[in-house]
Amino acid sequence: MRYLPITGADRSEMLRAIGAPSVDALFSDVPEDALLAEPVDLPRHAGEFEVERRLSRLAARNRAAGAGPFFCGAGSYRHHIPAAVDYLIQRGEFLTSYTPYQPEIAQGTLQYLFEFQTQVCLLTGMEVANASMYDGATAAAEAVMMANRVTRRSKAVVSGNLHPHYRDTAATLARFQGFTLEAGPPVPAGGEDLASRIDGETSCVVVQYPDLFGNVRDFSELAEAAHAKGALLVVVVTEIVALGALRPPGDMGADIVAAEGQSLGNAMGFGGPHLGLFAARTRHMRQMPGRLCGETVDADGRRGYVLTLATREQHIRRERATSNICTNSGLCSLAFTIHLSLLGETGLKRLAALNHAGAVSLADRLGRRVVTPAFFNEFAVRLEGDAAEAVERLAGDGILAGVPVSRLHPGAGLDDLLLVAVTETADADDIEALAEALQ
Amino acid sequence: MTGNSHDTVSGDLGLSIEEPLIFEQDSPGALGVDWPEAEAHADRLGGLARSGPIGLPSLAEPTVVRHYTRLSQKNYGIDTGLFPLGSCTMKHNPRLNERMARLPGFADIHPLQPESTVQGALALCREVQRWLTVLTGMPGVALTPGAGAHGELCGMMAIRAALDAGGAANADRRRVLVPDSAHGTNPATAAALGFEVVSIPEDARGRVDPERFEALAGEGGVAAVMLTNPNTCGVFENDIRRIADAVHAAGGYFYCDGANFNAIVGRVRPGDLGVDAMHINLHKTFSTPHGGGGPGSGPVVFSEALAPYAPVPRIVGEDGALRLEEANERAFGRMKAFHGQMGMFVRALAYMMSHGADGLRQVSGDAVLNANYLLRRLEDVYSAPFAHSGPAMHEALFDDRALRDTGVSTLDIAKAMIDEGLHPMTVYFPLVVHGAMLVEPTETETRASLDRFIAIMRGLAERAKDGAPLTEAPFHAPRRRLDETQAARKPVLRWQAEG
Repeated sequence: MRYLPITGADRSEMLRAIGAPSVDALFSDVPEDALLAEPVDLPRHAGEFEVERRLSRLAARNRAAGAGPFFCGAGSYRHHIPAAVDYLIQRGEFLTSYTPYQPEIAQGTLQYLFEFQTQVCLLTGMEVANASMYDGATAAAEAVMMANRVTRRSKAVVSGNLHPHYRDTAATLARFQGFTLEAGPPVPAGGEDLASRIDGETSCVVVQYPDLFGNVRDFSELAEAAHAKGALLVVVVTEIVALGALRPPGDMGADIVAAEGQSLGNAMGFGGPHLGLFAARTRHMRQMPGRLCGETVDADGRRGYVLTLATREQHIRRERATSNICTNSGLCSLAFTIHLSLLGETGLKRLAALNHAGAVSLADRLGRRVVTPAFFNEFAVRLEGDAAEAVERLAGDGILAGVPVSRLHPGAGLDDLLLVAVTETADADDIEALAEALQ
Repeated sequence: MTGNSHDTVSGDLGLSIEEPLIFEQDSPGALGVDWPEAEAHADRLGGLARSGPIGLPSLAEPTVVRHYTRLSQKNYGIDTGLFPLGSCTMKHNPRLNERMARLPGFADIHPLQPESTVQGALALCREVQRWLTVLTGMPGVALTPGAGAHGELCGMMAIRAALDAGGAANADRRRVLVPDSAHGTNPATAAALGFEVVSIPEDARGRVDPERFEALAGEGGVAAVMLTNPNTCGVFENDIRRIADAVHAAGGYFYCDGANFNAIVGRVRPGDLGVDAMHINLHKTFSTPHGGGGPGSGPVVFSEALAPYAPVPRIVGEDGALRLEEANERAFGRMKAFHGQMGMFVRALAYMMSHGADGLRQVSGDAVLNANYLLRRLEDVYSAPFAHSGPAMHEALFDDRALRDTGVSTLDIAKAMIDEGLHPMTVYFPLVVHGAMLVEPTETETRASLDRFIAIMRGLAERAKDGAPLTEAPFHAPRRRLDETQAARKPVLRWQAEG
């Protein structure tokens, strides 16, 4: 077996050194009737070519986004990933390293995490960011729990235009932790009144920017209303490229930003792994979940980096930790930070502008059927019939037209709405093809 | 200062090159990606266009590639050498897995595109479930958890849901028994879900004392036990059936932390031992890369009793017409935005198919063989608290008794290993052993690599006794010891432009 280097001769000599008659004898503490005498009922080992052939056949049964016009979004986006990103993250020293507990031989990981945290702060307009969470939904749920800790309250007011999977992820934790989520119904054209729902019991208000239907909105007044009642404003971002074009949530008074960072550097990959981003205010730093990388010096006075403020974390605090998170999305954060380094100030702004331009061009073609008044690269379109049926039909014609709202909000009476995302990967012909198909 | 002939003009030394932050290499006007300017169009951003600079540096591609290449050279990985982190299972990461995960049919598909267009992806998830079911002897598999700790949440939420379904009789069932040797995530998970953590001390054998356990379980209010097996003392909990029976008799469930599944994969099915829920770290047992801290993947296997409470989404239907079930009355809820770490499922399946049932059996056998070999070859120079309470499983636990009076600590040995070109073992864990050194070689090391490790560890023990200055090691790493106190006292968590 190509991955197992111990030979038969090694095994005999090692058993002799151990003083055991056989490998099986080393399992003598296992209850005898639980020890399997034979391999389990699964195929035997296979060579590389055979594995590749079988998995490639499975892959071929999926329709890859690159096969035709593609407009799906709603929390996972198709962007071009520069070749250098995928090459660099596969360097063994990054790919096969562990969480940097031994900083002297993990400065590579630690320095990029420090750079990553800085980039996340710059994009979101926030003061401090952690080294990543599993995905945007778990980051949002952790944001609510952090707001509960900071305010010592236990009721979150949730926008109806928050991605329902994010809402449900938080609701699952709410059920078991005993806090309350008050989520309103979806309002596709935006403009829901959240300020009036905040009271003295509210720990935070959770909004999405751009929201599920693509709406963008200034949350400055909402932030003021929340702060006036002692509540925090949590802003969720599922399409991080939007912050290349839009005012950052930090400028609007957000206290916590929980975001999905997959759009930069990471493939859609059927929804995972993705990359949770988490940013907050310095005054709440010690209530943050997850790993934090900080600057320090070594014994010779040279600048270096370490994981820090670990007294918030499970391996130190055990049952008093701020979160149980351990492993997060290290390599995805590396992909993100490399992509963003390649883009730089100008590249990110151009990329965001191309996304917006493509979306505007499609929206202009669709005219009054566009439900979302102001948007970045995604909006809702009202179709004449059932959107899920239309998507299925268009898939048959080679166009992945978007995400029907009924897939996310079944039974909400929004079956005629289609969410359409236009990224830089859609060219003018793709946009034309979709516009025509939706006529 | 005039240096000696070994000093360099730059201060850099051969391949050891200092690398500034990306922000300190800003070259306004440089571009690393050639995107054109968008054609003129009316903006529909609702007056929310960003004004002013973001503050990101501008660099061309060669600068960026060199930056990250140099950073990578300051890291140690499994590709570099032995990485004996106990309980972390740092085994070889096959590159075939990377190639497979990048097939466009897996990487370039959207989680919400029509199910008819992703039948291969759903079939792959099903196949991963099948392998995990057969290997664990447990009928239910939840694929969505994003890592081991997330899997623990999943398993414990299913237990809460099952208890809640039992109604008022279970209202006071809130005690979760957790051995002191457990990973920190176990008590953190239980506490996060509102359970009361009751700690169980280890006995002299490094195991849970079954009589003591039965007494604790008999005190009532038991929701679950969270047990790692093999445990972090490196031995198998041989009273596991008694423990399972006791927790079941008390009306609770048995959660097994599957972090150490690598020791028994292909030989022992947790389902045969009375386990109700167990997470599996695909980034440990099934070789998906740790990536410097993730992404992981933590599927959870469930017994018949708990399977109905598994989270959504679930994969249902027959091959060719597989569907995602997004809502289910008995499911405890949702854990994540989408269906799980698909990229990790592809890698893990490639690994499982490569090994097959026969190879996986050899995996656990060689992992345990290697750990016992290290234990026996080192126990005369490093004290091993549980060396005689049965064979080690896939890791060997040492403590610092043998270092007493040398002035050298476990940490110093770890740092001295860095100078020797080794990654240190897990140190000061489990907490129940003073100055713990937990060594897990894994099955993918050669005998030569193990022998080199043994020689180095024996040499370091000798040097410690001879009074060598190990307390200042490392000397030859990219950095000497870092001041963690300063980092925590005055946190600097981001770069700031000067002025």
